[in-house]
Amino acid sequence: MKQRNPDIDMNEVVISIRDLYKSFGPNHVLRGVDLDVHKGENVVVLGRSGTGKSVLIKIIVGLLYPDSGTVSVLGQDVSHLNSAELRELRMQVGFSFQSSALYDSMTVGENLAFPLRRNNKKISNDQVRRMVDIVLDAVGLSQAVNQMPAELSGGQKKRIGIARTLILKPQIMLYDEPTAGLDPITSTEINNLINEVQRRFNTSSIIITHDLTCAKETGDSIAVMQEGKFVAKGAFDEVFRTENDLIQSFYQYNFIQ
Amino acid sequence: MDSSNGQPDKPLITAGIDAFFLGVYNTWTFVARFFRELCRLPFERREFVRQCYQVGYKSLALISLTGFITGLVFTKQSRPSLSEFGATSWLPSLVAIAIIRALAPLVTALICAGKVGSSIGAELGSMKVTEQIDAMEVSAINPFKYLVVTRVLATTVCLPILMAYTALVGLMGSYLDVHLNEQLSITTFFLKAFNDITFLDFAASTFKAMAYGFTIGIVSCYQGYHATQGTQGVGKAANTSVVISMFLIFIEEVIIVQVVNSLR
Repeated sequence: MKQRNPDIDMNEVVISIRDLYKSFGPNHVLRGVDLDVHKGENVVVLGRSGTGKSVLIKIIVGLLYPDSGTVSVLGQDVSHLNSAELRELRMQVGFSFQSSALYDSMTVGENLAFPLRRNNKKISNDQVRRMVDIVLDAVGLSQAVNQMPAELSGGQKKRIGIARTLILKPQIMLYDEPTAGLDPITSTEINNLINEVQRRFNTSSIIITHDLTCAKETGDSIAVMQEGKFVAKGAFDEVFRTENDLIQSFYQYNFIQ
Repeated sequence: MDSSNGQPDKPLITAGIDAFFLGVYNTWTFVARFFRELCRLPFERREFVRQCYQVGYKSLALISLTGFITGLVFTKQSRPSLSEFGATSWLPSLVAIAIIRALAPLVTALICAGKVGSSIGAELGSMKVTEQIDAMEVSAINPFKYLVVTRVLATTVCLPILMAYTALVGLMGSYLDVHLNEQLSITTFFLKAFNDITFLDFAASTFKAMAYGFTIGIVSCYQGYHATQGTQGVGKAANTSVVISMFLIFIEEVIIVQVVNSLR
């Protein structure tokens, strides 16, 4: 189990979500979500598939808009930002997609350099190359710089996806199912990488997962989502002592596994 | 606050009519956004040049073959009718009018709708369903400007150039047949061909090609950008791009011909 990060600043909230609702037609996905993420904290959002976990982080980064409620990121209300302000905010928030979402017409190096060049017109080629080397080194894939995404394994794609978000030096990381579809060894490597990113880049994170091992190894605190709202929040041990049926079946299933 | 009662929203008229008007509204906002983003700096020069290469240069082989055969076959088909009246000397002029006024813009547009439209629809559709467009968005990159504006601009700029090339290659095809049958020199052929061609013919064809290019670009980008349902959605985006582009091209052809004829 992960040791709680001693550098968490409980006085500084970087993401604050209050009374958040979101529906898609008749499907009520989020039904009154409240969540605080403190500076330096890794918060794991655990829940079954289709409970609205990914929708939650897409709202945080402004890819979706809530029906009601507020989402404040680094002190700014996301739903009230204009496109320029949203772009500024997004540079502070890294988003690692479940599918990695690498640009498949570009090499790994170009994938990493792309957001950097787009957001900094004056950056020199040498600086770009140096930054690419740094983030590739951070995810342990320096040798992959000239490879195409199609040539990478699932775990390598996840790492490159994380590296691409790190290149903009975000303060916040959002991981959508970082270990989905990976074998246990690769999953452990990704979990270690998430912790390494937290230590080395001093990021605060939300990790969306249904993998209890991932939750245990990466979370400073855990929030369990059921039917569009949180039914338990706190440290791993605290949460899994509660009597909720979903939490107990999660625990038993993973124990059997 | 969440106020709906869990029942599906009732359509205003019928589900089909609602969907049609919603589609028209979405298309209109997409086109309006294109012009808004077009006027905003920075201009994506490198991506625009890359798209011009994809749309223009990579279509040359197919365009050359189609244009050449169109000119050749049109000449061959027209000869028997003209020779009945002893008017084969009018062939260069007839073919030039047909090619420059109608065939070159239309053939170029239909070839590009099939080749370029399906390619753009599939590429953007695939990027959409694999979350690559979302990835650009969250990396503080404007995907609309990078992906849509450059592609629509490339098709709009390249179609008139391809159309001029098709016309030239088509006339060469026609010349080959005329030369083999009437032993006409190339200079005489082209002098006769351009004898009845006016500035309005060139201007109208260029405008038509630009309109077709814009249509192919915007329709394909819209279909790709709004693709859903995984790989099935990508196929649907590619297919719909071609079908709608061709449909609109024919409608535009009819309208532009009416307008141009009223100007003659």
